[in-house]
Amino acid sequence: MVEFFTETNLGIVLLILGQALLVIVPLLLALAFLMYADRKVWAAVQMRRGPNVVGVFGLLQSFADFLKYIVKEVVVPAGADKAVFFLAPMISFVMAVIAWVAIPWNEGWVIADLNVAILYIFAISSLEVYGVIMGGWASNSKYPFLGSLRSAAQMISYEVSIGLIIVGVIISTGSMNFGDIVNAQKGDWGLFNWYWLPHFPMLFLFFISALAETNRPPFDLPEAESELVAGYQVEYSSTPFLLFMIGELMAVVLMCALVTLLFLGGWLSPIPGLPDGILWMTLKMAAVFFIFAMVKAITPRYRYDQLMRIGWKVFLPLSLAWVVIVAFFAQYGAFGGAYARWTVGG
Amino acid sequence: MTVFDFIFYLFAITVVTAGLLTVVSKNPVHSVLWLILAFLSSAGLFVLLGAEFVAMLLIIVYVGAVAVLFLFVVMMLDVDFAELKGEMAKYMPLALLMGVIILMQLALAFGVWEQSDKAAGLRAAVTPDITETHNTAALGMLIYDDYILPFQLAGLILLVAMIGAIVLTLRHRTDIKRQDILAQMYRDPAKAMELKDVKPGQGL
Amino acid sequence: MTEADFNTVLPEVVLAVFSMAALLYGAYGGKDKTAPILVWITSAIMVAIALWIGVNGAGVQTGFGGMIVNDAFSRFAKVTILLSGAAVLLMSESYLAKRDLLRFEYPLLVALATVGMMIMVSAGDLMALYMGLELQSLALYVVAALRRDSVKSTEAGLKYFVLGALSSGMLLYGASLVYGYSGTTLFSGIIQTANAGEISLGLLFGLVFLITGLAFKVSAVPFHMWTPDVYEGSPTPVTAFFATAPKVAAMGLFARLLFDAFGGVTGDWGQVIALLSVASMFLGAFAAIGQRNIKRLMAYSSIAHMGFALMGLAAGTAGGVQAMLIYMAIYVTMNIGTFAFILSMERDGAPVTDIESLNQLSKHEPLKALAMLVLLFSLAGVPPLVGFFGKFYVLKAAVDANMAWLAVAGVVASVIGAFYYLRIVFYMYFGEEGNGIDGQMAPIAWAMLMVSAAIMVVGVINLFGIEALAATAADALVK
Repeated sequence: MVEFFTETNLGIVLLILGQALLVIVPLLLALAFLMYADRKVWAAVQMRRGPNVVGVFGLLQSFADFLKYIVKEVVVPAGADKAVFFLAPMISFVMAVIAWVAIPWNEGWVIADLNVAILYIFAISSLEVYGVIMGGWASNSKYPFLGSLRSAAQMISYEVSIGLIIVGVIISTGSMNFGDIVNAQKGDWGLFNWYWLPHFPMLFLFFISALAETNRPPFDLPEAESELVAGYQVEYSSTPFLLFMIGELMAVVLMCALVTLLFLGGWLSPIPGLPDGILWMTLKMAAVFFIFAMVKAITPRYRYDQLMRIGWKVFLPLSLAWVVIVAFFAQYGAFGGAYARWTVGG
Repeated sequence: MTVFDFIFYLFAITVVTAGLLTVVSKNPVHSVLWLILAFLSSAGLFVLLGAEFVAMLLIIVYVGAVAVLFLFVVMMLDVDFAELKGEMAKYMPLALLMGVIILMQLALAFGVWEQSDKAAGLRAAVTPDITETHNTAALGMLIYDDYILPFQLAGLILLVAMIGAIVLTLRHRTDIKRQDILAQMYRDPAKAMELKDVKPGQGL
Repeated sequence: MTEADFNTVLPEVVLAVFSMAALLYGAYGGKDKTAPILVWITSAIMVAIALWIGVNGAGVQTGFGGMIVNDAFSRFAKVTILLSGAAVLLMSESYLAKRDLLRFEYPLLVALATVGMMIMVSAGDLMALYMGLELQSLALYVVAALRRDSVKSTEAGLKYFVLGALSSGMLLYGASLVYGYSGTTLFSGIIQTANAGEISLGLLFGLVFLITGLAFKVSAVPFHMWTPDVYEGSPTPVTAFFATAPKVAAMGLFARLLFDAFGGVTGDWGQVIALLSVASMFLGAFAAIGQRNIKRLMAYSSIAHMGFALMGLAAGTAGGVQAMLIYMAIYVTMNIGTFAFILSMERDGAPVTDIESLNQLSKHEPLKALAMLVLLFSLAGVPPLVGFFGKFYVLKAAVDANMAWLAVAGVVASVIGAFYYLRIVFYMYFGEEGNGIDGQMAPIAWAMLMVSAAIMVVGVINLFGIEALAATAADALVK
């Protein structure tokens, strides 16, 4: 029986399919509740009650929304580029989903244990911009187009600093594999061994860049309701719109996973002595998501020129300088080798 | 045919088809999208070669950054493509003739596919043994050690490109109002607003 | 990378680091106000590096695994490039300043282009070759469009860029074929695989594509179409720069590639180069006859001169390379003087390029007219001026290499070409009185004109010894 899954072509395909389903189904389910949590946090900050009608405490709200989305009529604007119009939400959704093959949930619990996993995630997240830009263009309408242009510029700008921040972590670890990166953060001091401490300023930069990269408030200019109605999503309805929503939220959760893996020790236990495991991973991700939700609720929207300025003139020089600093610290073993935890080579 | 072969042909055919469609697409935005597909498929081919680092860089740099800017520009272009096509049709027969001639000449060259006897040895001499080092590490050793000169020169070229872009396009206009970010940040309520105690019925 | 490697590119590194430092100084220290001082410093540094290379260099050093070859040939070319670059930079200052074109980036772009040229002439690898070439070309595209508000200048920049990119494409395609068939990008490796009689057809195709790409850069016929438009559209100092240093670099690169990488198959590329040479000489001679614009005329003149220089290469011998080097050195000197004069051609403060504006120059400015007379005679190759010796050496090299037909063609072309140079002389001395030029020459340009003309006369004694230097350089290249 084991041979069937490891030897024959059909078996291997079935095995991979099973693994993929094992990741995607819980993830989509979790997404429904995260959406609910997002709205509840938002409501709580504004002293509203939030969704509270469908199910106990409104817990089933997301499922009701889901049903509503898929049974509504799909509207295609006149003059739209049909193929691209429908391709856009699919790309947005697919890119958000396939990134998860490289995310480990526990020691070795990963669908594809890539050597360049972190680059893979980075590459996929850089592709996500296409969903937005194609959707905005294909709609043949002004606001979506403006939204998509804003989004393209914004996502590219912040990708640069995200990349540089990741480089700092890679230098410290000497590997681009998530397993290696997490294991390099293992130590006797629990949470003080994680990278958030040696790479402290970068944790914030990464988090803020992640907000911009995923078009979350305060950087939600591409879909700013009050000026662009909803940006590139204006002309979308029904299932395509749902795909955009899921893709967007999934990208947010992916960023939570990245923050967790890169800076917060992944599945490692924060207290020495307690067992590591998937529970820590999900808990940390949930905590980061909570901060995402809080930021959305409490910050006003940035102006576009401020957004560009902070990306290019503040974050980029800072993260670039940090790469140089980390390289020096790692080379000369500063702070007891806190920056040189090379797991490969040396 | 193994799965490996199948995937190779899948990617290879996609690259060629997408490349062709890039050229023949009527809509320039579609052209760029096809180009992106070609990039992605060639990244797939790199993965099949075992060079996953190069593959990822191809996606990050070309698809994630360069092609987005392409798309950005092409979407905002206002060019009459019917006119361009008409212009092109005029030269098409001549261009086709030349293309066919060059193709035939090259076919002559590639027909006798004979490398030099020493080629295989020379080719292998540069790269470290693949069984000993990981391809990313090997690439790093080559780029930052043996080939540091071309690498740094490429950096200089980019510097020149940057200077050039600034020299040719930057205009410092004096007749517009600018944002002074620092002044904005150092504003506080005391400077920005004035509280007045207004008596009912009187106004200011 | 070891220290020895580093030492082989030390001059280039110094120049590159200087331009980066100067860039920071210019950007933070007052923008275009710093331009005049930067022009002077850049020229001074280029001259200093030229002296340093000329005095200090000895022997053959290879660096970066053979990617950089520092021998007598590259030193000769580098000194020529640096000196001519510095001269053109100096004399362009007043022209650019007068027309509000003196951006502080200009001297830096010239310096970076020079770095590229220095890499080109000492390249020992297809990758280093391409990097140097691209560094040079990119900087040149930018300076061609320096006068960005003028349609002609931007057109020149764009045309140069598009055709340059096309030629780079051809060059790269050739390089990839060469790599594919020989398995290496190092010249020292390619020469092992490219022996006479057993060179594979694919490698030959690669060579032809490489030659095509380089012929674009030296503007040899039939790849010359961009030259007149770019020369005409670019600001005149930039044109002067185009006509001097980059030509030396491209010819040097040409020779380096042909002899270092394909020295074993001289016969195979000799005929191609000979064809390019003949076509360039004749087209340059005939097409210039109809030109009234002196910048376009100089463009065709440079095409014809490249034809002569290529004749030296076509010979495929050490003597041919020596002749080519001497020819380039003389050509550059003549062009600096000529362009120093063209820079001063203006009427009511606006530059004029019409050759009829030179009518009766001899009456108003006898000294300048005399200097131009000497230079034009020298360009035409009239004995006993130095220009004649340049032509003499290449013709002799061609005859020595059993290419008498090429030499005969060269003589015929040079006679035809003499017509349009002499016509300018005719206008200057016997033309009708008309709207002449009235501009004052900047002192530096005046000095360049006079020195260059004096060299054309005095140099006939022993050519200032460059003959022997060129012979050493050629021997270093042709083994």
